[in-house]
Amino acid sequence: MTKPLLEVEDLRVRFHLRTGTVEAVRGVSFQLGRERLGIVGESGSGKSQTGRAILGLTPPPGEVLAKRLTFDGIDLLTASKRTLRTLRGGRISMVMQDPKYSLNPVMTIGEQIIEAYQAHVKASRAEAHDRALAMLEAVKMRDPGRVFALYPHEVSGGMGQRAMIAMMLVTEPDLLIADEPTSALDVTVSMEILRILDEFVSERGMGLIFISHDLKLVSSFCNRVLVMYAGRVVEELEAKHLREAKHPYTQGLMRCLPTLADDVHPLPTLNRDPSWAL
Amino acid sequence: MAGAPSLSQPSGWRAWLLSPEPGSRWQARLGRFYLGWRSFTRNPLAVMGLGVVVLLILVAIFADFIAPYSPVIGGDLRTQRLLPPSETYWFGTDDQARDIFSRVIYGSRITLWVIVLVALIATPIGLLVGTVAGYLGGWVDTVLMRITDIFLAFPRLILALAFVAALGPGIENAVIAIAITSWPPYARIARAETLTIRNSDFIAAVKLQGASTPRIILGHVVPLCLSSLIVRVTLDMAGIILTAAGLGFLGLGAQPPMPEWGAMVATGRNYLIDQWWVAAMPGLAIFVVSLGFNLLGDGLRDVLDPKAAK
Amino acid sequence: MLDIQNLQVIFGTGRLQVQAVKNASFHVEAGESYGLVGESGSGKSTVLRAICGLAPISGGHVRVDGKEVTTPRGKAFYRTIQMVFQDPYASLHPRHTVDRTLSEPLAIHGVKDAETRILQALREVGLGPSFRFRYPHQLSGGQRQRIAIARALILRPKVLLLDEPTSALDASVQAEVLNLLEDLRHKMGLTYILVSHDLAVVAHLCQRLLVMRNGESIEETTSAALRSGQASNSYTQSLIEASQGFSRDAPQPASSLAT
Repeated sequence: MTKPLLEVEDLRVRFHLRTGTVEAVRGVSFQLGRERLGIVGESGSGKSQTGRAILGLTPPPGEVLAKRLTFDGIDLLTASKRTLRTLRGGRISMVMQDPKYSLNPVMTIGEQIIEAYQAHVKASRAEAHDRALAMLEAVKMRDPGRVFALYPHEVSGGMGQRAMIAMMLVTEPDLLIADEPTSALDVTVSMEILRILDEFVSERGMGLIFISHDLKLVSSFCNRVLVMYAGRVVEELEAKHLREAKHPYTQGLMRCLPTLADDVHPLPTLNRDPSWAL
Repeated sequence: MAGAPSLSQPSGWRAWLLSPEPGSRWQARLGRFYLGWRSFTRNPLAVMGLGVVVLLILVAIFADFIAPYSPVIGGDLRTQRLLPPSETYWFGTDDQARDIFSRVIYGSRITLWVIVLVALIATPIGLLVGTVAGYLGGWVDTVLMRITDIFLAFPRLILALAFVAALGPGIENAVIAIAITSWPPYARIARAETLTIRNSDFIAAVKLQGASTPRIILGHVVPLCLSSLIVRVTLDMAGIILTAAGLGFLGLGAQPPMPEWGAMVATGRNYLIDQWWVAAMPGLAIFVVSLGFNLLGDGLRDVLDPKAAK
Repeated sequence: MLDIQNLQVIFGTGRLQVQAVKNASFHVEAGESYGLVGESGSGKSTVLRAICGLAPISGGHVRVDGKEVTTPRGKAFYRTIQMVFQDPYASLHPRHTVDRTLSEPLAIHGVKDAETRILQALREVGLGPSFRFRYPHQLSGGQRQRIAIARALILRPKVLLLDEPTSALDASVQAEVLNLLEDLRHKMGLTYILVSHDLAVVAHLCQRLLVMRNGESIEETTSAALRSGQASNSYTQSLIEASQGFSRDAPQPASSLAT
C-alpha cells in the first residue's frame, strides 16, 4: 500500500445553534487504505458525524473543517459540487442503519439499483438491468429475479439491507462507509451481511469504514479500530490487540458487556473521567 | 451531543426558568412555557399577530371608553349622513348618520364573542369525537367518522346558512351554526393524532397500570392532540370571522342595528362607489383581525407543532 | 408463580390472519428470573404482551399464582404484574413530568401517601429527588429507563415483565441498568421474565430460558448450559456462535439461517 485511499487530518464538525456552537467532532485524524477500519463509540461520540462529514452529508447548520480531507488525492473540502456528486455514490458509497428509511418506497428494488448504476456509469438499460441482477446475486439474494421486481416494503429487514448494499456497491466504489449497517437486524442475519461486505473488501480491494457501537462486533470484523469519545479519538489500535487496550474508556467498554464466557456480578460499570473529554 | 457548548450562563429568573432540575411542578411548567415563548418571539410576524389579537381583546373590553359616539343612535340625518372621514368622525358616518369608528369599536365585541363561543363549542366537540373514535376504533370509529364525513361533505357557509334558516336569524344562532359546521375538521385532526399515539408504549404502559379508558383518553391522549388542534383553531379563526361576517352580510347573522362588521359591509355595499368608507372601514377591521389570527396561528405552529412547520 | 401452557396468539382474521405465537409453554417459579430468547418475529415479545393483556390469548392457558387470568385483567392483576418496555424514548409520555408519570399509577389504585412513595421510587432506581419534575426530554436514555422501572415498581408488583429493557441503550448504560435490575430483584424478591435477542444479557440475568423461533418454543435450557456451549438444538447453537462476534473461519450456508 503506497498511498492511502483516504486521509483525514484534524477533522472538525461544528454545529452553530442558537444556544451556541457545539463541536460534535473535535480533531479526528486517520488514514485508510484498502482495509476495514472500525469506528466505535457510544451515542453522541461523533462517530456518525465523522462518516457523514467525509461524504459531505453533514446536516445544514453544521460546518466541516479539516487540515486535510482527501480521497485518492482529491481534496474533498475544496472539490466542486459536481465532483462531489460524481464521487458520492460512484467511488464512495454509504450504507445506513435502517433500510426502511434509505430505500425509496415507491420504486422497485431493481429500478433503484439500475438508477444508482446509470447515475454514475454510462450504460444501456439492458446492461444496467443485467448488472443489477448480478449485484443482487452477489449479495446472496435467493431468487434475484423475483426480488428485482419487489418493492421495499415487501422484503424483510435483512433482504432490504442486502438490497441497499447491492445498490451502494453496484458502481464498484473504492470506499464504503457503513454506519451501523447491522444494528437493526437479527444477529444471524447481520453475520451474513458482514460476510458479504467482507467478500467485497477482500476480493475487490474496497476500503471500508465500519461505524458501530458494538465493540465486540467491530473488533471481530475489522483490521483496525478507532475508539471515539466526546468527538475525539481516544485510542487507535489493531483489532486483534483490543484486549491490551490502554485507554480506560476502551477497557471500560470492553468490560461492561455481559458475555457468555464469564459470569460477573455485578457488571463493572464505566466511570467517566471528565478528563477524557478534554 | 458532546463537546463544550460555549453558552453564556443565564442568570436570575432566567436560570430559574431554564433549570434542568426544576424543584416543583410549577417551575417545570413555567420553564416549558418560557421556552415556548422564546421560540415564539423569534418570529416577528407571529408577535405582530399576537399584538392584533391582544388589541382586539383590549378594544372589546374598553369599547365604552374608546368609542366617542353611540354605535346605535345616529346624529342629525339631514346634516350628518354619509360624511367622509374627518377629525370629528375618524372613519366617517353611515347612512343612519352613525359614527363608523364607534361602530367598528363596538363591533369588536361581537366578533370576539363569536370567536370565543365558536372555539368553546367546536374545539371540545371535535377533540372528543376525534380522540374517542381514534382510540376505540372499530364500529365506534366507523359511526363517528361517517357522521363527521356527512358534515364535511357540505361547504361550511352553505351548511351554516341552512342551520340559520332553520333556527331563525340572529347572532346566537349564527354562532351555533358556525360551531356546528366547524368541528368536523378538528375531529379529523384529533383522530389522526390519536391513531399515531394509541399504539405507543406510553399508552400501553398506562393501560398496564389499570387506567380506565376515559382516563387514558382525557389524561394521556387529549394533551398530545391539543397542541395541533390549538394551531388549527387559531388558523381557522380568520375563516370563522369571515363566515360570521358573511352571515351578517346576507342578513342572517346579527340583526340591525347591531354593529356587526359583516352587516356593516352589507349596508355599505349600496354606497360603494361614492361613499367607499362605509364598506371599507369595517372591511378593513375584518381583514386586520383575520390576518392577525393567521399570523398568530403560524407562530403557534412553529412552537407547538414543529413537525408541521417544516 | 406464572404458568404458561400451549399459549397461542393470533392477530387479525381471515386472509390477514397472523399466528404470532403458535405454541409456547413454560413455568416460572416465584423469585426466579426466566429468559425468552429469539430473533425478530419469534413471538417472544408477543408472549409478554399476551400475559399482560396487550395481545389476545387465542388458545392455551396463562395462570398467575395458579389462577387463570381474566380478560380484561382486573386492577389486582396490574398490582401483581408490571412491564418495562424496550424503548425508553417511547415509553414515557412526552408531556408528563417524572412526577406525573409516577403519580399516575398511585392515583389509579388510590394509594394515599403518593409523596413519599414517589421519592422512595426515585431513590430505589438510583435517582435523586432533583429528577422529580423533569420532562422526559431532559433525561438521558439510561435515566428514562430508570424512570420506567420506577413506574413499574411503584405499585409493588411481584412479577416484572422486561421487554428488551437494555437494547436501546449504550453498552456502559446497559451495564448499569442490568446491575440495577439484578439488585432490585434481590432486594424485593421479584420474579422476572426477560425478553431479549442478546444471549449474553439473558444469560447474565436469568437462570433458565426458552429459545423461540417463528412463534414456537425450540428448546428450554439453562444459562449454565449456554455458557458451556451446550445446546441440543442447531438453531440455539447458531445463536451462540453469532453472539461471539464475526468469524471468518466458519462460513455458514446462508440459506440455513435466513427465513
